[in-house]
Amino acid sequence: MNHKLVISYPHMGDYSIIFTQLFRHVLPEAQLLPPPLITQHTIELGSRHSPDFVCSPFKYNLGNYIEALEHGANVLFQTGMGCRYGYYGELQEQILRDLGHDFQFICLSRERAKPTAICDSLRLLGCTQSPPKLLYALFLACESCRILDRFDRFMRENVGFEVLVGSFESVRGELLRQLAVADSLQDLRAARNTCQQASAALKLNKPEHPLRVGIVGELYTLMEPFSNFFVEKQLAKDGISVSRLMGIWFLLFGQHRTRDLRDCGGYLHYLVGANGVHSISHSLNYAKQEYDGIIHMKSFGCIPELNATPALQALSRDYNIPILDLSFDTQTSETGVQTRLEAFADMIRLKKEYNDAAVS
Amino acid sequence: MTIGLPRALLYYRYERLWKTFFRELGCDVVTSPETNQAILAQGVALSVGECCLPVKVYLGHVAYLANHCDHILVPRFETLGKGEEFCVRFWGLPDIVRSTFPAVSLLGYNLQGHKPNSQALGFLHMGAQLGKSIPKTLQAYRRALLAQQQQDQQAEARQQALLSSSDPRILMVSQPYIIRDGLMGAPLVHMLRQQGGVPIYADSCGRSACRDGAKSLSTDLYWTLNKEMIGAIPLTRPHIDGIMLVSAFPCGTDSLVNELVLRRVRDLPVVQIVLDEQQGEAGLQTRVECFMDILHERKRAYEP
Repeated sequence: MNHKLVISYPHMGDYSIIFTQLFRHVLPEAQLLPPPLITQHTIELGSRHSPDFVCSPFKYNLGNYIEALEHGANVLFQTGMGCRYGYYGELQEQILRDLGHDFQFICLSRERAKPTAICDSLRLLGCTQSPPKLLYALFLACESCRILDRFDRFMRENVGFEVLVGSFESVRGELLRQLAVADSLQDLRAARNTCQQASAALKLNKPEHPLRVGIVGELYTLMEPFSNFFVEKQLAKDGISVSRLMGIWFLLFGQHRTRDLRDCGGYLHYLVGANGVHSISHSLNYAKQEYDGIIHMKSFGCIPELNATPALQALSRDYNIPILDLSFDTQTSETGVQTRLEAFADMIRLKKEYNDAAVS
Repeated sequence: MTIGLPRALLYYRYERLWKTFFRELGCDVVTSPETNQAILAQGVALSVGECCLPVKVYLGHVAYLANHCDHILVPRFETLGKGEEFCVRFWGLPDIVRSTFPAVSLLGYNLQGHKPNSQALGFLHMGAQLGKSIPKTLQAYRRALLAQQQQDQQAEARQQALLSSSDPRILMVSQPYIIRDGLMGAPLVHMLRQQGGVPIYADSCGRSACRDGAKSLSTDLYWTLNKEMIGAIPLTRPHIDGIMLVSAFPCGTDSLVNELVLRRVRDLPVVQIVLDEQQGEAGLQTRVECFMDILHERKRAYEP
């Protein structure tokens, strides 16, 4: 191949910096071009060329691809698993080709996500790294995911109570910068330690029993804050401690068929596709821990989450825990979501005050 | 003992199998009536707003049957074999119904084609639940399989005869439970016939041949029902004049696959029609008329 590879991939929250790190190690000669940050324009572009009622991650991905191609990318990566996501690749490639773009599309979905198939795809791109080096790069990426997810979990629970607004955000920014340039396990350890020390030193004004809300749902909508109008930030602003265990680490290593089904406590008898089972098992866990409320988020028409919704409603009745269902599409209005969140926050606050008064 | 069969979703694929099986076991079988406004209204009221129309209809049928039988058959369909699967909607069906109707007694089996004999074992389990002996259940299952096979072959043969019709033949690419439903697909098919069209059903074109044929249109497709639908296109290509993609809002698998068909089938007139519960007859009529006009004009232009 005589032209230089310019690699791009869709955004998913801030995990794109980990993709960048991985590709830098795997294909050192290639240029990496993460798509421009998601804006309203991205999603308009994506939905203009997408089928009407496909789930919204498809539209976000497509918008990312188009913008990346406009900026000069010529190799696009996509994966695929779960419910409809496994079929994204073929259609997205067709749509982009119909738009007249010239590019190489590497779709590591389903059968092609096996290690040997991935290696073959990389060799086709001219990757010359030895297998141990590839494994080490993969290991570093996984470790980065773990560090980032662990910090995010801590941050979600506490960011609502920071004394100096924005202090957590700056620690996180520094962590992301360090993860992006990390080249070895030592670098990752150093990044983790500095960020742990920095966040431990932050002043918090946290009450003894803060309002606690658990978030469950479809993974892309959870992980890409733009697609959910930064729900977690809004909750933090309301002084609510947020828990969400579903992240990329969970997606890669946290799933276990039989155990997860057992953890549903009889609300589901079978797997319902993608992460429907986990929405139930996590919700049940939150309910047992007496959280004040649960927010169930998904993209519009997400089948696995809709399969789980009737069970979730039953759980809400049985445990007397409020559950807010939020569906996001490209047409969703931010104000609408804001209003519902505020009402939800008010409602759980009143409920808690009422219950506390009844106890004392 | 009365078993209720909701006339929705895969009833249109396994009707004979289920009916024969339960009758052979000595059970009475009640089927809910053709979908009507009352059933739809009940289904809509019972389901989550953004569920797909066929599932809303299904819940309406289950609600109808709830007072008419002892058990309702709600199977779970995961895969027919390696490398393909049913829409995850079918994976969650038993759990949806159980959560929505906690008081109703359900009967079912779990079709996991990647495991050996999963369907036979599922039927044996149902027989045991109904208190029937293993040999009797096995015999009923074998007869039911045979009956279903015969019916499928007859449907295929009937359809084969239609392929040589001189009127415009339109391939209806649609999930069987949409196009054959009394409220969703039937009015559309009726309009088509009134205007001289001959509907060819994709689901009566030989399922395994269709599944193989689908590869020429889409390499990655793994949904069994969609494979059977779009596989009929290359299979019947020389005998059809137009293609109608009929879907229901918001069908997850069709949303992707039909878009791909629209982009890859370039040599035949294709129209996509999305049905929903607020469907107006007039809008549908206009679209069918337009499409038929195109087919007639094409015929006139290309055939002397």
